[in-house]
Amino acid sequence: MAKVTMTVNGRKVSGEVPGNRLLVEFLREDQRLTGTHVGCDTSQCGACVVHVNGKAVKSCTMMASEADGADITTIEGMAEADGTMHPIQQAFQDNHGLQCGFCTPGMVMSAAALLKDNPNPTEADVRHYLEGNICRCTGYHNIVKAILAAAGQDVSKIAAE
Amino acid sequence: MYAFDFEQPKTIAEAVAALADDEAQPLSGGQTLIPTLKQRLAMPSKLVSLTAIPEMKGVCMNGNTLCIGGATPHAVVAAEASAYPALAALASNIGDPAVRNRGTIGGSIANNDPAACYPSAALASGATIVTNSREIAADDYFQGLFQTALEEGEIVTEVRFPVPQAANYQKFVQPASRFALVGVFVAKYADGVRVAVTGASNDGVFRWTEAEAALSANFSPSALDGLSVSADGMIGDLHGTPEYRAHLIGVMTKRAVAAAS
Amino acid sequence: MPKDSGIGAASKRREDVRFLTGAGNYTDDINIYGQAYVYFLRSDVAHGKINSIDTSAAAEMPGVVRIFTGADFEGVGGLPCGWQVTDRHGQPMQEPAHPVLAQGKVRHVGDPIAAVVADSLQEARDAAEAIELDIEELPAVVNMKAALQEGAPKVHDDLTSNLCYDWGFVEDNKAAVDEAIKNAAHVTTLELVNNRLVANPMEPRVAVGDYSRANDESTLYTTSQNPHVIRLLMGAFVLGIPEHKLRVVAPDVGGGFGTKIFHYAEEAFCTFAAKKCNRPVKWTASRSEAFMSDAHGRDHVTKIELALDADNNFTAIRTETYANMGAYLSTFAPSVPTWLHGTLMAGNYRTPLIYVNVKAVFTNTVPVDAYRGAGRPEATYQLERVVDKAARELGVDPIALRRQNFISEFPYATPVAVEYDTGNYFATMDKLEEVADLAGFEARRKASEASGKLRGLGVNCYIEACGIAPSNLVGQLGARAGLYDAATVRVNATGTISVMVGAHSHGQGHETAFPQVVADMLGIDESMIEIVHGDSSKIPFGMGTYGSRSLAVCGSAMVKATEKIIKKAKKIASHLLEASEADIEVKDGKFTVAGTDKSVAWGDVTLAAYVPHNYPLEDIEPGLEETAFYDPSNFTYPSGAYCCEVELDPDTGKVTIERFAAADDFGNVVNPMIVEGQVHGGIAQGIGQALLENCVYDDEGQLLSASYMDYAMPRADDVPFYVVDHSCQTPCTHNPLGVKGCGEAGAIGSPPAVVNAVIDAIQSGGKNVLHIDMPLSPQRVWAAMQD
Ligand SMILES: Cc1cc2nc3c(=O)[nH]c(=O)nc-3n(C[C@H](O)[C@H](O)[C@H](O)COP(=O)(O)OP(=O)(O)OC[C@H]3O[C@@H](n4cnc5c(N)ncnc54)[C@H](O)[C@@H]3O)c2cc1C
Ligand code: FES
Ligand code: FES
Repeated sequence: MAKVTMTVNGRKVSGEVPGNRLLVEFLREDQRLTGTHVGCDTSQCGACVVHVNGKAVKSCTMMASEADGADITTIEGMAEADGTMHPIQQAFQDNHGLQCGFCTPGMVMSAAALLKDNPNPTEADVRHYLEGNICRCTGYHNIVKAILAAAGQDVSKIAAE
Repeated sequence: MYAFDFEQPKTIAEAVAALADDEAQPLSGGQTLIPTLKQRLAMPSKLVSLTAIPEMKGVCMNGNTLCIGGATPHAVVAAEASAYPALAALASNIGDPAVRNRGTIGGSIANNDPAACYPSAALASGATIVTNSREIAADDYFQGLFQTALEEGEIVTEVRFPVPQAANYQKFVQPASRFALVGVFVAKYADGVRVAVTGASNDGVFRWTEAEAALSANFSPSALDGLSVSADGMIGDLHGTPEYRAHLIGVMTKRAVAAAS
Repeated sequence: MPKDSGIGAASKRREDVRFLTGAGNYTDDINIYGQAYVYFLRSDVAHGKINSIDTSAAAEMPGVVRIFTGADFEGVGGLPCGWQVTDRHGQPMQEPAHPVLAQGKVRHVGDPIAAVVADSLQEARDAAEAIELDIEELPAVVNMKAALQEGAPKVHDDLTSNLCYDWGFVEDNKAAVDEAIKNAAHVTTLELVNNRLVANPMEPRVAVGDYSRANDESTLYTTSQNPHVIRLLMGAFVLGIPEHKLRVVAPDVGGGFGTKIFHYAEEAFCTFAAKKCNRPVKWTASRSEAFMSDAHGRDHVTKIELALDADNNFTAIRTETYANMGAYLSTFAPSVPTWLHGTLMAGNYRTPLIYVNVKAVFTNTVPVDAYRGAGRPEATYQLERVVDKAARELGVDPIALRRQNFISEFPYATPVAVEYDTGNYFATMDKLEEVADLAGFEARRKASEASGKLRGLGVNCYIEACGIAPSNLVGQLGARAGLYDAATVRVNATGTISVMVGAHSHGQGHETAFPQVVADMLGIDESMIEIVHGDSSKIPFGMGTYGSRSLAVCGSAMVKATEKIIKKAKKIASHLLEASEADIEVKDGKFTVAGTDKSVAWGDVTLAAYVPHNYPLEDIEPGLEETAFYDPSNFTYPSGAYCCEVELDPDTGKVTIERFAAADDFGNVVNPMIVEGQVHGGIAQGIGQALLENCVYDDEGQLLSASYMDYAMPRADDVPFYVVDHSCQTPCTHNPLGVKGCGEAGAIGSPPAVVNAVIDAIQSGGKNVLHIDMPLSPQRVWAAMQD
């Protein structure tokens, strides 16, 4: 067991963890931040994406001990304190970018990382960037649309109806 | 996962010392090792993280050689290896953004997955694999599926790439894993062209010497006309027969040359 | 003008807020104080005789609470099958036992042998490794035709063979069909495989069992599409727990697509073990475990023959299908290749004679059951591929051939036992031609060719039978339970409403769309209405969500219950307004005396219903809560036409989807935004089946596609933006909303369009390739082009 301390969504937290504790387990079980999901065991689905020191990381593929001292943002940290959703979250709702919601936290966190690096992505940029985020429900149409909308683009012309 | 301890040394020397323990194993980006641990396919007593060692991180130029620290993530290579654009492009297409933020060149080279991208770049560039104790030429380093010249406890601290005059990597992805079903790295140097192929062979990454000879004489796609790789010894699985892989090697090599020249 | 609330409005989904902020409550988010964890030791061989299981060393390991094996389940029921099919000769299907933990034999890779309950998952797993197994490996049967050979190894020793049933439909038509095919001017024959798929909802299955000694009550939290069905099956048939002592809760569920309909061993185990161990017991599937324990889908091998007369009119269809059941019969497995497939073989066409033969086969593979579309995609795929092939053979335009044979008058009784109430196949095809810009195709093809690529266009139609289903009809067809649904509308004193519905929402947006209906009926704001679902202790009854039935069946029950509410509320209002009940109108949240300005607000009526000072107690009881059950009188028949445009790289065989368009007729639409989302998701799954996904076993029964490393899931860059249209609307004639269901259409309608397009592309390159089996992976396409 070792002590780890990190800042999660702006709050300092610490805990005793065994060497084999995954970051996602630390978040979901020790911190009860269950918004971060686990959808696979081969590091491919992206349901678990969080930001570690500002970068998108699959929290199922990082040990909690490796995050000692890090600054972590999870889906729970995206909305403002008064509950106002982050523009990306709002764009997902406005554009029906989610159905069952299971992939959604990871999608939103990946989208946030994308828009930080590339504030004005093309459709192809968005699709390429989402390679590590699998959604089974939406067929991606409205996810891509939501991300383009969150980037301030006019999505009203995108094929629909 | 089985139970194990975790250590995060700050220097190469400390890491090497920590790895001297029985059943200790290096952990770099964890993008291969952690899924393996979840399947209980490895049983280390201790993981020694290499990612907090400053001397193993970063990209720099030394003369005409690009040096990449063993614990440098793919995303950093993609962003900073502008001196070697084909290599930066390769790094920018490994896995997905989150994988690239963690996965490292040292881990990839040490793992030597037969479908991994970096080994083809290292081999085609005639790179030097630097470890805590020696320097190994790429031609001697890759020794078959998941096999390398590394000894127990030896770690890859740096990989040095002589920068070619022209180069390109073409990756044809396996539809599920998105690793290379076939990947071909072509690099043109003053003294000749090197072509390395990943994803295809039962023996792991290899050099396609006939293509090298033809391209050294004439660096154009047409130089490859009539050349083909035998399907013998190629991987056959759900995603591609040996014949298909052999065929793709030809197609990808041509495309790499076309893109490089 | 699009509406901004009520039926027809694209109301934003209220459930999104919790999902988007990480506040959703999925089963794996539930942890109960003192819970233990179970790890299932699963078979790594496809077929074997269990000689012995020695758990003695494992039981001594740290943290172990208890280890269970098949022996602990002797006297406990097996997992039941909900549908009995009668074969061509009037005999019932062969129905093997399906124990919770293997007894005597293991029959597929992943079959659970033992279950270790421990304080932590790691300890459970450690102990499982210490269990000593002596399993004698037996030869496995994987290939269906081989499984039916004389002398093939038997999956179940107590059955006469591996044949579950040999079904003929309609058996009485067989001779006439044979005759028509013999005498046809042209017969097009196609042999094809409908590839085995894994549904792969992104949330793996989870079960948490809990037991209260205080009142001898068991609770199961589970990732289910239909908690009541689980309660019924598990309580009555497996564990013998009376329904009033068993609560089943399906909280937020991360997608289902069919595979979370069925009752699984892990659910029964956690419920059983929680009582035995007097501790909550939790199981969370890893994705690897999901691949070998979730029921798979499709896996049909078919030969179809289409007969045409000299004028290209379809005269007969004959099919022979082998349908894989896997090693055991999953809950609805027998119905999928029969009643959900044979009854759809008429498709959109006037074919007077049809005969469908299906041989269902046991193999040493994971059980196969319904996956999005269930039977209907298999029917559509065969039919729409064979029609396309016929057009090519006859040198006629594939769209014209379809139009020529469209059913044009409704109701239409097919030769395969169903009666389509409405539809307009010309309208959806016209719409498709417009939205897909077929006129611009040739120019796009030229552009592709200029860059060294081939371009192809594929079109198909589909019809599905949804809104499952009329209970008396499905009863005749072998369903062991009726399939109506129920809703309770509880109006609270202040006028807010809780609607308890039997349909479960796991992505479909019921929490938003259902209130739109009630709000419309009452003229009140949607936000006053809340949908309650997923908890058997809160909801009277329901058969759950599948077969695109939620709105058509459960929604209809909700409408009926709301009508009862309106009736009673009018009575109360008439009393308050001192007017005749017949004169009361409901509008804009008010009860008005017709022709006057006398009115009373909704909230005053509801308050009067609960805490009145002045109430006609003699005439009506206080309270405002009504329950209704709804049993549809027929299936609903959504239909449509789909178009796919692909580009093909002839050097590598790689296909990319360049354009995809869908014109659907779902009848009336309550929330167009949600409907479009459903179609998008279905199309992606159909594209996945057509190009990417394939669940593969080797000859020894080892699962080769056992993770996302080998099972190719569609990603964002595998698909384009889709053009979807649902403006052609022929409302369903027999349910109060006129809705038909939209959940499965995309998955049913898209695979043939993709394959037709790829064949068209290859043909345009001068190669006479007539068929490639799905998935059309680069290597398959390339290989086909080499011949
Ligand atoms: C979803 C996904 C997609 C991927 N796609 C691709 C792809 O397209 N192409 C591709 O090439 N790769 C791909 N990868 C693999 C990825 O590039 C890994 O990052 C890489 O293979 C291993 O690097 P790592 O730093 O993560 O190593 P780790 O996982 O930490 O270690 C891998 C192995 O190397 C050993 N090791 C690590 N570092 C050293 C060292 N410096 N010296 C000696 N031994 C060491 C470890 O003990 C372990 O045995 C993918 C991975 C994932 C999860
Ligand atoms: S759970 Fe982390 S990638 Fe799937
Ligand atoms: S919304 Fe269900 S997986 Fe993406």
